[in-house]
Amino acid sequence: MEPHELTLTQASGMLASREASSVELTRAALGRVEAADPRVRAFVTVDAEGALAAAKDADARRGRGEAGPLLGVPVAIKDNLSTRGLRTTCSSRMLEPYVPPFDATAVARLKAAGAVVLGKTNLDEFAFGSSTENSAFGPTHNPWDLARVPGGSSGGSAAAVAAGFGFGALGSDTGGSIRQPAALCGVVGLKPTYGRVSRYGLVAFASSLDQVGPFGRTVADAAALSQAIDGHDPLDSTSAPRAVPDYAAALPRGVKGLKVGLPREYFVSGIAPEVAAAVRTAVESLAAMGAEVREVGLPHTEHCLSVYYLLATAEASSNLARFDGVRYGFRAPASGVVAQAMRTRAEGFGPEVKRRIMLGTYALSSGYYDAYYRRAQQVRTLIARDFEAAFREVDVVATPTSPTTAFRLGEKADDPLTMYLSDIFTISANLAGLPALSLPCGFDAAGLPIGLQLIGRAFEEPTLFAAGHAYESAHGWKDRRPAL
Amino acid sequence: MPLTDYEIVVGLEVHAELSTRTKMFCSCPNRFGAEPNTQVCPVCLGLPGALPVLNREAVVRAARAGLALHCPIAAFNKFDRKQYFYPDLDKAYQISQFDLPVCGKGHLEADVETSTGTVRRRFGITRIHMEEDAGKLLHSGAAQIGGSESSLVDYNRAGVPLIEIVSEPDLRGPEDAEAYLAALKEILRYLGVSDCNMEEGSLRCDANISVHRPGTPFGTRVEVKNMNSFKNVGKAIVSEAQRQVALIESGGVVTMETRAWDAERSETRAMRGKEEAHDYRYFPEPDLVPLELDEAWVEGVRRGLPELPEAKRRRLEAEHGLPAYDAQVLTESAELADYFEAVVRAGAQPKAASNWIMGELLAALKRLGLGVAEAPVAPGALAAMLKLLDSGVISGKIAKTVFEEMVSGGGDPAAIVERMGLTQVTDSGAIDGFARAAMEAHPAVVAEYRGGKTAGLGFLVGQVMKLSKGKANPALVNEALKRLL
Repeated sequence: MEPHELTLTQASGMLASREASSVELTRAALGRVEAADPRVRAFVTVDAEGALAAAKDADARRGRGEAGPLLGVPVAIKDNLSTRGLRTTCSSRMLEPYVPPFDATAVARLKAAGAVVLGKTNLDEFAFGSSTENSAFGPTHNPWDLARVPGGSSGGSAAAVAAGFGFGALGSDTGGSIRQPAALCGVVGLKPTYGRVSRYGLVAFASSLDQVGPFGRTVADAAALSQAIDGHDPLDSTSAPRAVPDYAAALPRGVKGLKVGLPREYFVSGIAPEVAAAVRTAVESLAAMGAEVREVGLPHTEHCLSVYYLLATAEASSNLARFDGVRYGFRAPASGVVAQAMRTRAEGFGPEVKRRIMLGTYALSSGYYDAYYRRAQQVRTLIARDFEAAFREVDVVATPTSPTTAFRLGEKADDPLTMYLSDIFTISANLAGLPALSLPCGFDAAGLPIGLQLIGRAFEEPTLFAAGHAYESAHGWKDRRPAL
Repeated sequence: MPLTDYEIVVGLEVHAELSTRTKMFCSCPNRFGAEPNTQVCPVCLGLPGALPVLNREAVVRAARAGLALHCPIAAFNKFDRKQYFYPDLDKAYQISQFDLPVCGKGHLEADVETSTGTVRRRFGITRIHMEEDAGKLLHSGAAQIGGSESSLVDYNRAGVPLIEIVSEPDLRGPEDAEAYLAALKEILRYLGVSDCNMEEGSLRCDANISVHRPGTPFGTRVEVKNMNSFKNVGKAIVSEAQRQVALIESGGVVTMETRAWDAERSETRAMRGKEEAHDYRYFPEPDLVPLELDEAWVEGVRRGLPELPEAKRRRLEAEHGLPAYDAQVLTESAELADYFEAVVRAGAQPKAASNWIMGELLAALKRLGLGVAEAPVAPGALAAMLKLLDSGVISGKIAKTVFEEMVSGGGDPAAIVERMGLTQVTDSGAIDGFARAAMEAHPAVVAEYRGGKTAGLGFLVGQVMKLSKGKANPALVNEALKRLL
């Protein structure tokens, strides 16, 4: 097996048994990036020098007797997570020259665990999108079909893991930005419970919805990354001061007696028949392994999209206000400070960013706040209550991750509303703050991956890992690799 | 202009920087006067991805201020983003409190100087909320950013914790405003909440001013900013009221607007009108969780409140029999009152201690540019010196010498007296000797005295004191001279 075909767990095993050094695995990963990334374009920045230095350091640590599942393992980081000394662009012209003086907590924790950062992956500008086409540096291509999108906004991270550019990656998920690209690229992605992972250093999109999470080739790989990044951070007031369970220990728990709910509102028109069929088959397979399946109702589902686009854009308009060219990043000089800020923002932001800033600014404007923002918050509470009610009956809710498999580049680029619909199944978990896992559950006739989403109770990531691991162990989906 | 036909109505918005060790949402030092941009970090620079974490001490201080001003402390409060663009505002929003502030309605009492004497008045407090300060702009080539050749930003002040204390429109003129501000400043300093230094900008005040004829509804209010002293707040109120009255008298209408006080020209000038008012687009700060302050916590803060100036004054008068004037001077700061009480505790007579503190000590501190906390004479040492004076070991004149020696680091007063040989001479033989010498040297004065012109006695006492280098006990000198003459 080529090094780039390994899972993180396998690579970790080879490092532990000294079959391979971190420097060897890192060189192999960099070689794979050099060979295939010109076609995939998963990376915005490759840090070969930094990666090799970190790999040497990891090997030295192992030589001193240190161990750990991530020690020496090459990974990729979405380019909206701050990396000390390594530019963090958010795939925006606005931050093209910006080099943070600090690491995001999730990145710092990966580094502390010995992971080797290969570079920074492409995204929709400031994570605004579902296809990674809204990047100032050009789109990322889906490794399964280079004419198709990898999903988004963490499309670079999902494509990197699918293509074997490292053994795992970090992304961020505000409305599906980890799970939808994971589904479209045939990898595993987790949106953790809100508060499970520190947001410190994640360039904010919508603060009340954003979570940092892992991508892996397998559920075990994602769990290993979660183990390293999860837990309370005194630098993030919204991170939960709760102990982190042992995820590896939870993996073999199985699904016997697990109550799985199928929300009737999620299997409606607009969903590709092959996707619906694959998800139903996957749920039947869980039942065959001992799970109890029943239908549940999430009656406020139809409002998710409008609630999300009000709240997320409102928060985004505020979070992106600081990019004015005064302190860092891009500056378009003009006479007068207001003119300079206006030109900087006119030239520094792409069209989707401007669209969302305008929507959000409008929703918060005097006279509109009650009708839009406050009302959306109220409906958000109802959506969370739907899940509370459902979780009194079941342990996990199973849905398709995305209504379709990967679509063609440019297919939805001019139609924002259709594009927004690709997040229809993922948004509710962000609004309710719940953990949700996407994992491969088959391929369509065109050979494109299909994703199954499992949503759990708050802080019950172990249940999701156990169910996901049981399912993937019974099928061969995780062993398929794109021909690149 | 018939300003007297009108009543002035004023509400004040006071911003006080909290004297916490660190900033509101990060661990950078809260320090004035450091080199620009040295007290900063990713959080207070608003770097992408940095997040705020609330400073517990800031909340304690805000609650202290609220309790001292008789405000209820909100059990549930939250922070909101107040959004506007300005280069000194690093995130393009200020974290503030909009609809659920930390303190509700309270009041403040102050002594107002009026033409008919001092009147004690009560002014309503509308609310107190917490927020962070912005950075500071330094312009070259112009006084403001418009027209400047270049402007620099110092973010040392960005994120410094503030409370904004909003008064009801209960003030009726410049005297009320100055009394309100003086009383507020005194309380905030006593509580250790703020230094209240207007020159350093740790206390700032905006005024909402309107005029109306008594018995008619309040007029339209105008917000006036940019006053840099209490005196200027008073002047701005008068000037703005005159402007409004003149406008009304000439048939005009006062419009709601924001004006800036120009201290050099002693007038307010237009800043922005109602239609240019900001839409701050407040919404709840999602990076902070709501703050819940339960009763036990509030009680803990209440128990930690120091004695407030008014109560302290009353107590000093009652416990130590001090005149009202002394109590007023000694309570100008909590440190000075503490100093006084320490001197008394160490055994000094209260009135003597008060006299020496108000006179010699404050003069020495002023001369040396020191605060009470850095006084070179410890309360125990001053008490020891007062005891030497009281028991007649030294005279009042010598005491001043000893005190000066103590100020310049001479140490224990008894040791100074010993070292410098300043012990009062009470030996009658020695005093008689000095008296005879003085009489011999000034026979004419002696003759006049014996002839009935007793005014010469004072001169002779002076001569004896001179001969004894000030050490002779004046009472004994008097007695000896009278006897020998």
